[in-house]
Amino acid sequence: MSSIDYNERIPNNVNLSGDRALKRALEQWQPNYLEWWRDMGPEESQDFDVYLRTAVSVDQEGWAQFGFVKMPDYRWGIFLNPGNPERKIHFGDHKGEDAWQSVPGEYRANLRRIIVTQGDTEPASVEQQRHLGLTAPSMYDLRNLFQVNVEEGRHLWAMVYLLHKYFGRDGREEGEALLERRSGEEDNPRILQAFNEKTPDWLAFFMFTYFTDRDGKYQLHALSESSFDPLARTTRFMLTEEAHHMFVGETGVARIIERTCDVMNELKTDDPASLRAAGVIDLPTIQRYLNFHFSVTVDLFGADESSNAATFYSTGLKGRYTESTRKDDHVLKNDSYPVLHVRDGKLVEKQVPMLNALNEVLRDDYIREAASGVKRWNRVIEKAGLPFQLTVPHKAFHRKIGALAGSHISPEGEVLTAEQWQQNASRWLPTGSDREYVASLMGRVVEPGKFANWIAPPAIGIHRQPVDFEYIRFN
Amino acid sequence: MTELVDYQTDPTRYKHWRLQFDGPVATLAADFDEDAGLRPGYKLKLNSYDLGVDIELNDAINRIRFEHPEVRVVVITSLKDKVFCSGANIFMLGVSSHAWKVNFCKFTNETRNGLEDSSRHSGLKFIAAVNGACAGGGYELALACDEIVLIDDRSSAVSLPEVPLLGVLPGTGGLTRITDKRHVRHDLADVFCTTTEGVRGQRAKDWRLVDAIAKPAVFEQTIEARAQVLAAGSDRPADGAGVRLSALNRSIEDNALRYDQVTVEMDRAARTATFIVKAPGGEQPADIAAIEVAGIDWYPLQLARELDDAILSMRTNELDLGTWLIKTTGDADAVLAMDATLLAHQNHWLVRETIGHLRRAFSRLDLSSRSLFALIEAGSCFAGSLLELALACDRSYHLALPDEPQSAPRITVGDVNFGLYPMITGESRMERRFYHEQPALDAVRAKAQQPLDADAAFELGLITSNPDDLDWEDEVRIAIEERVAMSPDALTGMEANLRFNGQENMLTRIFGRLTAWQNWIFQRPNAVGETGALKVYGSGEKSRFDWNRV
Ligand SMILES: [Fe+2]
Ligand SMILES: [Fe+2]
Repeated sequence: MSSIDYNERIPNNVNLSGDRALKRALEQWQPNYLEWWRDMGPEESQDFDVYLRTAVSVDQEGWAQFGFVKMPDYRWGIFLNPGNPERKIHFGDHKGEDAWQSVPGEYRANLRRIIVTQGDTEPASVEQQRHLGLTAPSMYDLRNLFQVNVEEGRHLWAMVYLLHKYFGRDGREEGEALLERRSGEEDNPRILQAFNEKTPDWLAFFMFTYFTDRDGKYQLHALSESSFDPLARTTRFMLTEEAHHMFVGETGVARIIERTCDVMNELKTDDPASLRAAGVIDLPTIQRYLNFHFSVTVDLFGADESSNAATFYSTGLKGRYTESTRKDDHVLKNDSYPVLHVRDGKLVEKQVPMLNALNEVLRDDYIREAASGVKRWNRVIEKAGLPFQLTVPHKAFHRKIGALAGSHISPEGEVLTAEQWQQNASRWLPTGSDREYVASLMGRVVEPGKFANWIAPPAIGIHRQPVDFEYIRFN
Repeated sequence: MTELVDYQTDPTRYKHWRLQFDGPVATLAADFDEDAGLRPGYKLKLNSYDLGVDIELNDAINRIRFEHPEVRVVVITSLKDKVFCSGANIFMLGVSSHAWKVNFCKFTNETRNGLEDSSRHSGLKFIAAVNGACAGGGYELALACDEIVLIDDRSSAVSLPEVPLLGVLPGTGGLTRITDKRHVRHDLADVFCTTTEGVRGQRAKDWRLVDAIAKPAVFEQTIEARAQVLAAGSDRPADGAGVRLSALNRSIEDNALRYDQVTVEMDRAARTATFIVKAPGGEQPADIAAIEVAGIDWYPLQLARELDDAILSMRTNELDLGTWLIKTTGDADAVLAMDATLLAHQNHWLVRETIGHLRRAFSRLDLSSRSLFALIEAGSCFAGSLLELALACDRSYHLALPDEPQSAPRITVGDVNFGLYPMITGESRMERRFYHEQPALDAVRAKAQQPLDADAAFELGLITSNPDDLDWEDEVRIAIEERVAMSPDALTGMEANLRFNGQENMLTRIFGRLTAWQNWIFQRPNAVGETGALKVYGSGEKSRFDWNRV
């Protein structure tokens, strides 16, 4: 295959055509990737022409080029943010040394683990969302789903690039394994539990892209500080795409709320049964979905006291969110940080060494940002003149990982007995009948400009196109 | 920086041993110069030894092996009055670092094994003519001989007083040889090893601690008679032309050791040392006459001496360089031709001694507390005897060149790999590798003499990894960097366990069990703490122990 073909098919700024080792690895992997896409990518979508953005370079014009493309022909590319050859390590025990341009053997295993764990989430979410296309509430939303899906695919490429380029045979094997695991398959699951859960309906999808993609954002931010420069540069570029995914989530939920509020005002009721009869999703149900997705996602940050987190930081593999702009010594040996645990039936803080608490630090950073979007959702309700408020549950609520796993904590942060939890869980987490009801709303609406009854249209279209633009040609 | 330890010496420089020759019998007499310790801070009183004494002993034995083929029996005795040898110098042990002690013990162990090795393989026998007090390491030296004759003068005793006196073990094979080799009943051994004054006379013989006792008046005569008996059983030639072991052509640089056939390059930042072994170059002797003409310059002899010196020097002087990378360069056919010569003439005394020297040098590699990685690259010659280097390694990386089969490096298995160079376990490295499993060995045997590229070698299980040219650099670099970063102590323990994976024998018990226990005890406060037995020895203070049994 000539180099021109290569650059054309796989847009990149990593000199792919001149890199024999990388080319060889990709020649093996790419057909398997396409096969995975056909098997596990969005269902029944192979022939559609979809109005998608594609990154063909990292500059202003290049990173978001719009046009119609059949998804299996999508040009998944490999991009690193521009590098600084002088870059120094700015935290941990290696602070002040040159950033690493190749994998230090000493940290091979941990770096590989970090990259594989991140990489595994990317195809996992595509698998989780593969049936959603059949129940899209509009052509606009369907297009956004596909956009998120192809970009998660590209994020997989980004991680596989690192594995192929820097980890040799081991890396190639891991690259294959990323295509072989399957979300939710009991014998062959994805690595993180949250990525084995179903995304059964569009409310779940929007919640997922708002909350869980934002976890991705924070992980990527932490990795974008890495001393391993190629990892830092790759993840920084991924962040530009991640922003859109969270936008899809935030506006999706906002539009559902908007529609519900409209009907509440029309019918002058907040009675869930009446609202359900009118075919919209009542706000308490939205709150329960929110509680679920929030709590599952904060678990993704890991145990609140973690020796891995300390090791990853001290060895320079993974920094903190906005590490470079923080005003401290960036070594953190003498600092401490509060984490929660249950003592005598109460949630209390205890100080632990900062290095061991870095998961908690990242979780708290995340929660601050996640909460701000919930405020914006509340503004939609406020604007409609309704007295309801969505709330972010306590971070100890419904935790399955860390010191709080096994405790029963209400959304307000009270410690409960198992019995109290049992009695109230259906008020806090989506019930079977909630999910059944939401599922019953899911029908396919795909005529340009039409929207399902339970969701409001967006304020504007994609890439300055009108809302009723024909984003997808079904052929 | 402390002065480098040099393992090269010659009789004109000996300070501690006197070497005398009388036909088939050589006498090696201990007369240690108490003021000539290798390091300051102790006196070698009462024929007590340090590393310097043992370097001379090792040199003397090698000279007997090569320079004096007529010698069939070596009598080890003492020139000091009433003292044969009182073992390792306690004050030296007291002032030495742990690493120094461990390295010292390893080398002295290897030298003592070397006596048994020569006795078994080349008919060179040893008699300990114990003509005075024989304690600790002195008795351990005697234990390595074929026979021990103790003077029966009502005072000279053999003893292993380490436990009661010093709070450590008789760690140079003592505990192992009295049981495994001499079959001293374990309860008697218990009494013996906890009795500072030792055992003398008839009881020493009854307990099997010595082979014979002799009154002072007949002592010399007895030794002579026994030497004659032992000599009669040896096939060392009376008329062989000895090869003088002239000084090695060696240059010592800050970051390299250079010999004619062996180079060691040190990368201190990476904490690695690269051994590069050259294949024979130019015309090589093919018969005994030509070998005798080549003498000291005969390639395999040169290789053995240089490799031996390089290993000893790197072990002692470069503690931080924890990973040794082994490479070869040159013509594999020349190596195989040399092997053919070695095999054809293996019963000739000089060839036999040369094979023995190589065997012991390879064995030192097995016993080195360093990670060993073989790098099989283009231009290398891991064939036959030199393949033994790769087989000795913990891992081997063999470059595959699928696009350039012409220049792909190849290894060649030879007959020599199936038993000419047994490890101390008595098995070949090939048998060790495959746990003596016949199908695997047969498969390798079927490919003997055929150059094998990386994939073929990998298929047979002869190498660890076969990265191609695209993967080679990163895979090897990462593997080395990863290794270098791990705990050196854990690696030493792990490597020793994996390398000696088969049946135990006396030597593996010495290097494994006895040494490991000794090195544990050497670290414990009861030996080396402020009031530990080794620390307070000779100070008049009584040692104070922590009585917890661990
Ligand atoms: Fe992603
Ligand atoms: Fe995403």
